[in-house]
Amino acid sequence: MSENIATNIENTVENMIELHHIKKSYDGENTVIDDINLDIKKGEFVTLLGPSGCGKTTILRMIAGFEMPTDGEILLGGKDISELPPNERPINTVFQKYALFPHLNIYDNVAFGLKLKKMPKKQQDEKVRKALEIVDLEGFEKRSIHTLSGGQQQRIAIARAIVNEPKVLLLDEPLSALDYKMRKEMQMELKNMHKKLGITFIFVTHDQEEALTMSDKVVVMAHGAIQQVGTPEEIYNEPSNVFIADFIGESNIFKGVMSGKFKAKFCKAEFTCVDDYAKGTVIDAVIRPEDFVLTKPEEGIISGEILSSDFKGTFYEVAVLCGKNEIEVHSLKNGAPGTKVGLTIDPDNIHIIPYDLSINHYEGNVDEMQEGSELAVSFAGIHTKINPARLFEGATMNDGVVYDAQGSAMDMSDVSFEAYFAPEHADLSDDAEAGIVQGNVVSFIYIDDHYSYTVRGLDEEDYIVDDEDLWNQNDFVSIIIPEDKIQYTLQ
Amino acid sequence: MISVNAKRCQHRSGADHEVIIYENRMETKVKKSYFSRKQLMIPYAVFLCFFVVLPLFVVLYYAFTNGDGNVSIHNFVRFFQNSKAIGTLVYSLAVALLTTLFCLLLAYPAAYFMAKGVFRKNHTFLMLFVLPMWINFTLRITAMKEILSLVEGNLAMHPFLNTIICMVYDFLPFMILPLYNTIVRLDDSLLEAAHDLGATKRQTFFKVVLPLSIPGIISGITMVFLPSMTNYVVLDMVYNSTYIMGSLIGSYFSAYDWHNGSVISIILLVIILLITLISDKFTGQSANERQGGAIL
Repeated sequence: MSENIATNIENTVENMIELHHIKKSYDGENTVIDDINLDIKKGEFVTLLGPSGCGKTTILRMIAGFEMPTDGEILLGGKDISELPPNERPINTVFQKYALFPHLNIYDNVAFGLKLKKMPKKQQDEKVRKALEIVDLEGFEKRSIHTLSGGQQQRIAIARAIVNEPKVLLLDEPLSALDYKMRKEMQMELKNMHKKLGITFIFVTHDQEEALTMSDKVVVMAHGAIQQVGTPEEIYNEPSNVFIADFIGESNIFKGVMSGKFKAKFCKAEFTCVDDYAKGTVIDAVIRPEDFVLTKPEEGIISGEILSSDFKGTFYEVAVLCGKNEIEVHSLKNGAPGTKVGLTIDPDNIHIIPYDLSINHYEGNVDEMQEGSELAVSFAGIHTKINPARLFEGATMNDGVVYDAQGSAMDMSDVSFEAYFAPEHADLSDDAEAGIVQGNVVSFIYIDDHYSYTVRGLDEEDYIVDDEDLWNQNDFVSIIIPEDKIQYTLQ
Repeated sequence: MISVNAKRCQHRSGADHEVIIYENRMETKVKKSYFSRKQLMIPYAVFLCFFVVLPLFVVLYYAFTNGDGNVSIHNFVRFFQNSKAIGTLVYSLAVALLTTLFCLLLAYPAAYFMAKGVFRKNHTFLMLFVLPMWINFTLRITAMKEILSLVEGNLAMHPFLNTIICMVYDFLPFMILPLYNTIVRLDDSLLEAAHDLGATKRQTFFKVVLPLSIPGIISGITMVFLPSMTNYVVLDMVYNSTYIMGSLIGSYFSAYDWHNGSVISIILLVIILLITLISDKFTGQSANERQGGAIL
């Protein structure tokens, strides 16, 4: 017991930043961050990774103090700093577009924070010199920032932040404005700087390669929520859901089912794998393109025909059509389109994710106002009319009143039910009137031979819909669900 | 319908997008050869010659010749020996300086709060400040006159004060607009960076916002200072019988004294030139900034 307490205390001391139940919404309704909890250890290099609009920058801005969380608290070294303005937090930021002061020279830019602290001039000179040395721009003090290249400006921005010896350094996509080679170089330098300084770094990026290269810990975010926290290896090799598998690196995702102990069936074949789930579990199997091995057709676990092969520098990106599935393979060998090939895979390289059975399950109610012979119900922003017999066996309805099988009127006020529709039974349409509910495509993943779309409705409800056609992110669509394909279960 | 596989390929390579861009480029190329944009300059160049360059030479000619048509600088010597003329110059400078000062003091906070403060990006407020510009100038001054006579009773009691009030009222939008434009373009991340580095809101203003709005202040000053030295209509309307530089030119020209009128015009021109040179010293810095793309 006492040991437990001791480790708890140690943990809190070790944590530099703790986010507790952070929520952020604008105007009380537009939720950008939904209940985030995150611990960042002292001296860690943590990357917040996610597509644009996932809320990663908002989190960074809340830690910096530019924005206040709607709810929850931010702890720095165990103390609540949620209410402090940015100038009172021992945290400094490196901005995406550098944000150097154009009216000041390099020395005055770097010394900006020191001067505000009224530090003696001699000490200032020494600190600025050291900071410029760290970013490899010693002797640049007197120069105007307009004479610097983008990469140099970014270094000055870093120097300006670290010269204040902050407890935490925040970096908001600092490398996104640099060209490819410069970016690679700065990635390495930032990593070295982090080792040398021992400061906690929180880095925001949408570039998954950057995140994997640089960080001790990656926090993958989507739609204002954390999807997975782990080391770069864990994130890449053991993605906890198909979104991450699709977002981090390239993946082939197959829908399948467990067919026995360490056996999974997908793509019309049985594969040996290392993940153990109960027989019959519906799964998604994730296989990286580089893990497939091209063989002769008869030697492969599955076989198919090469559709295309593109040279990518260090490998060929080969598209293989197996039945209805198009599989992407990274191979060192080239293959002509039309060639019959087999594919094998090491059991170690198949990553099984149990299919999320909670999707498209919604709670619903019977509407207050009823008329005619069909029951008006609502769930998840969907309003529809159903035959009352689908909720109550043998029930009928007349003039807005439901009668049970015996013919007596029923009270509908407290009735709640669960509604479910299978993703494959729904379809998307660009005609707003055609569907039962409308929304915007927030993400999509290619699985097997179709796309799996996440559509967010106007009520912030998510619907998962499989569709063969290609829609883009943010497309406004309506969802068509045949009435008989929605299952209603009384609760 | 295109098969899913084909679509997936398209989606990845973006091949069809390339074709569209290429076609667009072709189209603009063909259009361009019909018409050169340079030709649009011709009407303005002609206008410039006849109504700016030529009159300037006429003014120069009259200023540097005497009644007999001989070259002389006698006109200038006479102006600077005439205590009344010097008095007018000083009075005009005083009016212009005070007008500019009060415009700046009123306009800066207004522009700041509309650009970065509580009324951030609030177009209604900007409109309210700019709207007077849409109303006829004499109508505006007449309205102001009515208000002033309600307050003061007899307008003739405070001619100088009334002149300054009406001038400030008249020129305020010309100060607000350049200031607003400069401040609104200041990247928010600069203010955040200062705040992040430990500056309070007040320190951020004096160390970052104010120095970076100097270009706007300078262009506001040039927009207000020079016109207020010559705008004698305002003085006439508030029954201020003192002459300013503008009224002096007017009176000489209406007496067909082209020589003395031109001299004063040249003197004003030189003052304008001096102010422009001084402000260039400040804005030279901001021209660099523009190149760096950091703030503008």
